[in-house]
Amino acid sequence: MASDHESALASNVPRPTLEVQNLTTEFVTRSGIAKPVRGVNFSVMPGQIMGLVGESGSGKSLTGYSIMGLVDHPGVVTCGRVLFKGVDLRGLNSAQRRAIRGDRIAMIFQDPMMTLNPVLRIDTQIMEVVSAHYPVDRQTARAMARSALVQVGIASPDERLSAYPHQFSGGMRQRIAIAIALINKPDLIICDEPTTALDVTIQAQILFEMQKLCREAGTSLIWITHDLSVVAGLADTVCVMYAGEIVESGTVQQVLALPRHPYTSGLIACAPSRNKPGAPLRQINGSTPSLLALPSGCAFRNRCDRASDICHTPPPTVDEGGQSFRCFHPMPINKFNESVG
Amino acid sequence: MVARVTVFILRRLIQSVFILLLTSVLVFIAIYAIGDPIDVLISPEADQLERIRIAATFGLDQPLWRQYLLFAENALQGDLGRSFAFSTPAIPLILERMPATLELAVAAMLLAIGLGIPLGLWVGLRPQSIVGKIIMSVSILGFSLPTFWVGLILILVFAVQLGWLPASGRGATQLLFGVPVSFLTWDGLRHLLLPALNLALFNIALVIRLTRAGTQEALLQDYVRFARAKGLTTSRIVGVHVLKNILIPIITVIALQFGSIIAFAIVTESVFAWPGMGKLIIDSIRVLDRPVIVAYLMLIVAVFITINLVVDIIYSFVDPRVRLSGGRV
Amino acid sequence: MSEDARNAQVVSSPALETPMRTFYRNFFSSRVATIGLVGLALIFLAALLAPVIAPQNPYDLATLDIMHSRLQPGERSLDGQLIFVLGTDEQGRDMLSAILYGIRISIIVGFASTTIALALGLLAGLIAGYAGGRVDSLIMRAADIQLSFPPILIALILLALTGPGVSKIIVALVAVQWAYYARTARSAALVEREKPYMEAAVILGLSPLRIIARHLLPNCMPPLVVVAALQVASAISLEATLSFLGLGLPVTEPSLGLLIANGFQYLLSGKYWISFYPGIALLLTIVAINLVADHLRDILNPQLAK
Repeated sequence: MASDHESALASNVPRPTLEVQNLTTEFVTRSGIAKPVRGVNFSVMPGQIMGLVGESGSGKSLTGYSIMGLVDHPGVVTCGRVLFKGVDLRGLNSAQRRAIRGDRIAMIFQDPMMTLNPVLRIDTQIMEVVSAHYPVDRQTARAMARSALVQVGIASPDERLSAYPHQFSGGMRQRIAIAIALINKPDLIICDEPTTALDVTIQAQILFEMQKLCREAGTSLIWITHDLSVVAGLADTVCVMYAGEIVESGTVQQVLALPRHPYTSGLIACAPSRNKPGAPLRQINGSTPSLLALPSGCAFRNRCDRASDICHTPPPTVDEGGQSFRCFHPMPINKFNESVG
Repeated sequence: MVARVTVFILRRLIQSVFILLLTSVLVFIAIYAIGDPIDVLISPEADQLERIRIAATFGLDQPLWRQYLLFAENALQGDLGRSFAFSTPAIPLILERMPATLELAVAAMLLAIGLGIPLGLWVGLRPQSIVGKIIMSVSILGFSLPTFWVGLILILVFAVQLGWLPASGRGATQLLFGVPVSFLTWDGLRHLLLPALNLALFNIALVIRLTRAGTQEALLQDYVRFARAKGLTTSRIVGVHVLKNILIPIITVIALQFGSIIAFAIVTESVFAWPGMGKLIIDSIRVLDRPVIVAYLMLIVAVFITINLVVDIIYSFVDPRVRLSGGRV
Repeated sequence: MSEDARNAQVVSSPALETPMRTFYRNFFSSRVATIGLVGLALIFLAALLAPVIAPQNPYDLATLDIMHSRLQPGERSLDGQLIFVLGTDEQGRDMLSAILYGIRISIIVGFASTTIALALGLLAGLIAGYAGGRVDSLIMRAADIQLSFPPILIALILLALTGPGVSKIIVALVAVQWAYYARTARSAALVEREKPYMEAAVILGLSPLRIIARHLLPNCMPPLVVVAALQVASAISLEATLSFLGLGLPVTEPSLGLLIANGFQYLLSGKYWISFYPGIALLLTIVAINLVADHLRDILNPQLAK
C-alpha cells in the first residue's frame, strides 16, 4: 500500500485521481463499537480501473460510501484522508462535498430498481444531476440526457426519456444509472457491485461498455465486487479486503497469478472454474468474524492454516515490487501456488 | 390498456351499487324495525283510532318488506320520506344544510394537509430536535383529546380571553354558483377558522404521523442515497424525491377520512353552533325522526362510497406503477 | 476480545433476568411513562374512593341546594360546613364531588367497554382466522361493514334507539370497537396458524377449542393488548363526546362529558369552572392512559410504533 503521492511529486509522474490514506469508519452500537473500515490505504491513477474485492461484510461497500461522504448514522468516518486530486475531501464542508458528488465523483449502486426513484420520470432523474451542478436550461439538459442514453446503448431514447423506471429491465436500468454517472464526465466513478443483480450475459455487456467508456474518457474507476472473475477481466489493479482491512494489493497480473496473502490465495482457489470436474469444491474454513469481536492482530488468523503465535500481533505491510500484503507467513513464491488449508 | 382500466372502473362501480343497496336495507331495518315509529308523532294519550290514522298517513301499517320496497322506490326517485317532526320532505331538509357542513369539512381537510404535511416532514427529517419532539407530543394530544373538549378550549382562549375570533355561528355568506358560502367574506373566514381547526385537529395529528413515518422510511431508501450521490441539494431531495413518494398514500388516507370528517362535524357544529347537517341530525336522533335519520345515513354512506370509488380510480391513474400495469397493484 | 473472554462473561452474569424483570425495567426506564402510571394510579384511587372522599354526594338530590348554585371556587356553603373547592354548577352540586363521581363512571365505562370489545373481538377474530372459509368471510364481512361507518355515527344511532343508561352506553361502545380487535386477532391467527407448534397441537389430537384457547390465544395477545390499552382512552373520549351531545349517560349519573356540556353555556359569561374543571379531569385521565399505553406499545411491539 505504498503511497504514490511522494513519488509523484518527486519524479513528475501524474498525480493519482484518488488517494485514500488510513481511512477508518466506526459504528457506535449498543453492543459496542464496530469498525467496518480499518486503516484502508490505496490510490487510483487517472484512467485506471481498480477492483476492490472482498466477501460480504468485508467493508468494501462502506469504503465506497466513506469516500463519497455518504455514511449514514450511526456510522462516522473517524480518521484518515481522502485525497481527491490532492484535496482532502474530509476537510471540505458539506456544500463543497455536494458540489463534487455527481459532478467530479459519481457512484453507481447495486440494485438499479432501488436506486432510481419509482415515481419520477427518467428524464427528470437524468436532467437533475446536470442542473444541480451547471446552469443549463431544460432544452439543453434534455438533449444531454438523450445523448447520454444513446451513449450507453439504449435504443429509441426519445420514448425512453418520458418513461418510468419500472418499465425497464434490470440491465437497462443499470445502464441508465451509468448514464447518470457519466453525464457530467466525472474524474472518478465508484461502482458498488453494479452487475451482481443482473444476468450473466448482461453483466458481460455492461462490463465491456464500462471499460470502453472509461478508457475513452480517461475516467478512473473503482469497481467493488465479491467476484474475482469480474476483476480479472476488467481491472488494472486490485485490492483485497478482509474484515475491514486491505490485506493485499497490486496489479491484477501480480495478485491473481501469484497471490501472497493466504486469504487471496484461498479466494482464488474457491473459484469453481479452477476445479477439476468431479473434485469437491474448495472452501475456506470458518466464517467472517463479527466486527464487534475481531481477533487481535491478523483478523484472518482463526481461519488460516499458516497462522502461528506471532499472528496475534498486527502483521506488517510488505511491499514487493508494487505488490503489497499484510502477512507474517505469505504464500511462498513458486509456480504452483494453489493450495490453502 | 384502456379496456383494462374500464373493466376495473366498472367492477368497482357495480361493487359500490351493491354496497349501497345492502346498506339501505340494513339502515332501513335498524331504524324502522326497532321501536315503534308512531310514538314520535302522537301524544301518549292518543287512542287507537288516532294511531291507525297516523299509521295510514305515513304508510306505517304495511308489512316491513312492503314498506322497504315503497321506501326504495321513492328513494330512486329522490324522495326519502317526509320528516315526522318538520312535515317537510327529508332530503331537501338535509340538502339545505349541506353547504355549511361541506364548507367546514373541506376547510378542515385543507388544514389537515396544509399543516400536517409540512410539520410531519420537519419531524421526519429531524426526529431528535426539540421542535420535533414538541410536534410529536402535540400530535398525540390531537389523537386522544375529545374534539368537543378542544373546541371548548379554543373558544375559551381565542374568543373569551383574547377576543380575537367569534365564539360561534357562521359568518356572512355569498352565493357561489347559487350556493351560499361563507369563505369568500372576511367575516365568514373569521367564523370558519376555529371550527375548522377544531374539526381538523385529529386529522392534522394523523397526517403528521403518517408523513413522519413515510419520510423516515423514504430516507432509508436507496434512491435517496443515490440522489445524495448525485450531489442534489437536501431541499430537492426532500421536496421532490421524498415528497412525491409519500404524498400519494397520505392524500389517499385523508380523502378516505373525508366521510369521517363529515360525520364528526356533528360534534363541532354543536360546540360552535354551526348551522349544518350535524345539528339537524342530533335533534332528529333525539326525537327519533326516522326519515331524516335514514336520509342522513344514506347520504353519508353514499358520500363514503363515492369517495372510495373516486379515490380508487384516481389512484389507478396517478400512481404510474398502477396505471401502466392496467389496474390492480 | 477473544472467544474465551466472551464466554467467561456469559457464565458469570449476575441475577436471573426473567421476562417480567426485563419488562419492568423497560417500562420504568421511561420517566414520562412512569409519571403517567403514577397519575393513572392516583386517578384510579380517586375514582375508587369517590364515595368516601367526596365532600358531597352529587347524586343525592336531597343534599343539593339551589341556593348554592354557580358559586365560585373557594366559596362556602350557606351553613359554612362545606367549602366548594372547585365551585358549584347550576344545580348547586359541588364540582369536586361531581368530578370524582364523573371520573368513576368514565373509567368504568371506558375499561368495561374496552375489555368486553377485546374479548368479543378476540373470540370472533380467532374463530375466523382458525376456521377459515365461510365462517371467516361472514365474520369479516360484518367487521368490514362496521369499520366502514364512522364510530360516532354508529354509537349515536344505537343510543338513539336504545335510550340512555350505563349498560346501553357500554353496549354502544363495544359495538363500535369490536371489529378492530377482530381484524387484528384474525391476522395474528392466520400467521400463527402456519407455525409448527399449531401443527403439533393438531397432530396430538387436541380439540379445536383447546387449541384456540391454550395455544393460539396466548400468542396472539400481545398486539391486541397494545391496541386495547390505546383504545381505553379513545373509549372514554367517545363516551364523553356522546354525553356532551346529550345522548350518553343519563342526567342522574353525570359523566364528565355531561358536566362539561352543562357548563358550556356559562363559558362566555365567565363562569368557566363549571365546564373547565371537569374538562381538566378528562384531559388528565386521557393523557395518563395514553402515556402508559404508548410506552407499553413501544416496548411490547416496536414495529407497531410506526
